Amino acid sequence: MRELVLLSGKGGTGKTSLAASFAHLAAEGEIPIRAVIVDADVDASNLELVLEPVLLEDRAFEGGKVVVIDRDLCTGCMECMEVCRFEALHPSPDSPDLVMVDPISCEGCAACTHICPENAMHMEQEIAGSLYHSESRYGPLFHAALHPMQDNSGKLVMAVREMARAHVSGNGYDLILVDGPPGIGCPVISAVTGSDSALIVTEPGAAGVHDLKRIVETTEHFGVPTMVCVNKADIHPEGTEEIEAYCLERGIEVVGKIPFDDAVTTAMVEGVPVTASGNGPAARAIHHLWRRLIRL
Amino acid sequence: MKIAISASSPDLKAEIDPRFGRAVCFIVVDEESQEWEAYDNPARDATGGAGVQAARFIAEKGADVAISGAFGPNAFEIMDATGMRMFVFQNSGSLKVSEVVSRYRDGELDPVTGPSGPGHHGK
Amino acid sequence: MRIAVASGKGGTGKTTVSTGLALSLAGENGTGMRAHSQNRYRLLFIDCDVEAPNAHLFLNPDFQVRIETGPSVPQVDGDACTYCGRCAEVCEFNAIAVVEEQVLTFPHLCHGCGSCTLNCPEGAITEVPRAVGLLEAGPTPYGLYFTRGIMNVGEAMAVPIIRELKKWDIGPGREETQDGAGSTIWENVIIDVPPGTTCPVVEALQGADFALLVAEPTPFGLHDLRLMVEVVSAMNIPAGVVLNRDGTGYEDLERFCEDADLPLMLRIPLDRRIAEGLARREPLTTIYPEYLDRMREMYESMVKMVGRDLR
Repeated sequence: MRELVLLSGKGGTGKTSLAASFAHLAAEGEIPIRAVIVDADVDASNLELVLEPVLLEDRAFEGGKVVVIDRDLCTGCMECMEVCRFEALHPSPDSPDLVMVDPISCEGCAACTHICPENAMHMEQEIAGSLYHSESRYGPLFHAALHPMQDNSGKLVMAVREMARAHVSGNGYDLILVDGPPGIGCPVISAVTGSDSALIVTEPGAAGVHDLKRIVETTEHFGVPTMVCVNKADIHPEGTEEIEAYCLERGIEVVGKIPFDDAVTTAMVEGVPVTASGNGPAARAIHHLWRRLIRL
Repeated sequence: MKIAISASSPDLKAEIDPRFGRAVCFIVVDEESQEWEAYDNPARDATGGAGVQAARFIAEKGADVAISGAFGPNAFEIMDATGMRMFVFQNSGSLKVSEVVSRYRDGELDPVTGPSGPGHHGK
Repeated sequence: MRIAVASGKGGTGKTTVSTGLALSLAGENGTGMRAHSQNRYRLLFIDCDVEAPNAHLFLNPDFQVRIETGPSVPQVDGDACTYCGRCAEVCEFNAIAVVEEQVLTFPHLCHGCGSCTLNCPEGAITEVPRAVGLLEAGPTPYGLYFTRGIMNVGEAMAVPIIRELKKWDIGPGREETQDGAGSTIWENVIIDVPPGTTCPVVEALQGADFALLVAEPTPFGLHDLRLMVEVVSAMNIPAGVVLNRDGTGYEDLERFCEDADLPLMLRIPLDRRIAEGLARREPLTTIYPEYLDRMREMYESMVKMVGRDLR
């Protein structure tokens, strides 16, 4: 059993469209692969829009802690405001001699709870989102939603991956396919650590190359074998060559090049993977890429 | 000698948990008396630093040896500082805690000399 | 006016819009705004997308100032420490541990809250800065000043970098403030917000007068725009939508904007020429110069809407 994570330093490179196509090819392609699918892009969980999941189970996700003030005990001494480094404590607008918490800014450090002379402050766990286990049209899907403005997306990514792993354990699956988050920060690190391999989806062009380098450094930092696939490879051939040269230099295999194809957008609007909606240039390139991946 | 093993439920017959910092629980076995106790892992749902918290926890429980699937750099640093020895099991499949204990006794487990698991940090 | 350019999903063209708007406002023609005189810039561009900063590729800043940024992490004085363990007890992030007669710190886990320093009964903890990223600043050839933050690879926490970047008081032409300290006064600030709807986004949006939400008309785009609208409404920031890669035939997104009373500020069509130009580092306003005027018109409507909102 292998775990493959799809990543992109920059958002919008077609990672989710590719993940949906892989899910389709695993389930209905010429070589059947028993795969579970994980949507670890918890900020913008879009796989469900293509995979038509039927929800089987949902769980509340506990994020970090935030401070809560007991207004009966607070004397308004404001000592807590002096120790808070995150500007999360303010005088209450309705009674300025009391303190109120801005839970969005609260880092959960609890420094204020230790300083409060009245013991009026304590920490409470926040419900930051939900974890879902669904049956999708191409097999089990594990996904999650973080409430907007919430913290701890890294922890949620870890939780959704673990939920998937618990499900596959001993059940004869071949692959965990993870649609990872964009960027290089905490949710990405959570999606990468302990994965067997990473496929980075990039685009030619200045921004794509810039961000590709940063995500490659990240996957290498965490010791995960890395491959690259160039999406919309033909919109800027020199850029694609630049990516290939960079990958060659770093010993990274470019396992696929997908041409610009309106069919990708059309399929997205229809809510189906591009490989399921026709056999245009992009779909053929993805077929080719998939065959290559499952041989590896 | 006390041995702490990461486990998926609080029983000697339970399957091991390959994760250290986020293991469900720890079984601490006394090598001489063969008595054991199970503890819920307080670090399981930690926002960050689960490895640190779990390592501190089993050190407090008096463990001299820790056995898991992998140890991240933070956990490694703490256990190294406390002089706790670490071992990892390979081919963990559906190994039971009791089997791991006998493998340890028979010297079949690999000692750890550096962090084996990838580090995770932050939130 | 502080204008934040944001999108729930990455790759929707946020940077295309923010840099296009910046170049339109920086020019001396059009709105009649002074771009720069006596080395004084009126427009500041802040790239808050610290994980994947790209705006510099289109605005070509000359980074003249570069400083490291990061949280303050504990340093324990071994002579004063009694190994009581209080620091580890109060640390919510497991960033400090006391084992045997040793204190171990884990700077990667530290949020820089100072709780350990505050609670140490011996006063044995001092704090030292730990670099997790860089702040960079400099002029551009277009009469606007540019700052950005860039997170080091392998780091997890973007928020402190964004917080420091936005507080960073730098730039030519300092003016006296009431407290006499002096500060750079900007006529307009454009903020490139990181993608998504979590904490780094909130940090970047804080204090904005208007949020331009860039979205593409697809089911993915709509899904993520909805979440983004929740964020700006909760933060009470007036917002409008820029429809990028328009012409997919998907109408639900526009319908959503109508229902949510979100003004459509600008349309940019799905056009291969734009994609090709951007790949070659050409800003939108170079690929199609007519966007200079369209962006300025959009700016004027934002000014009106913010004015209306303030009243």
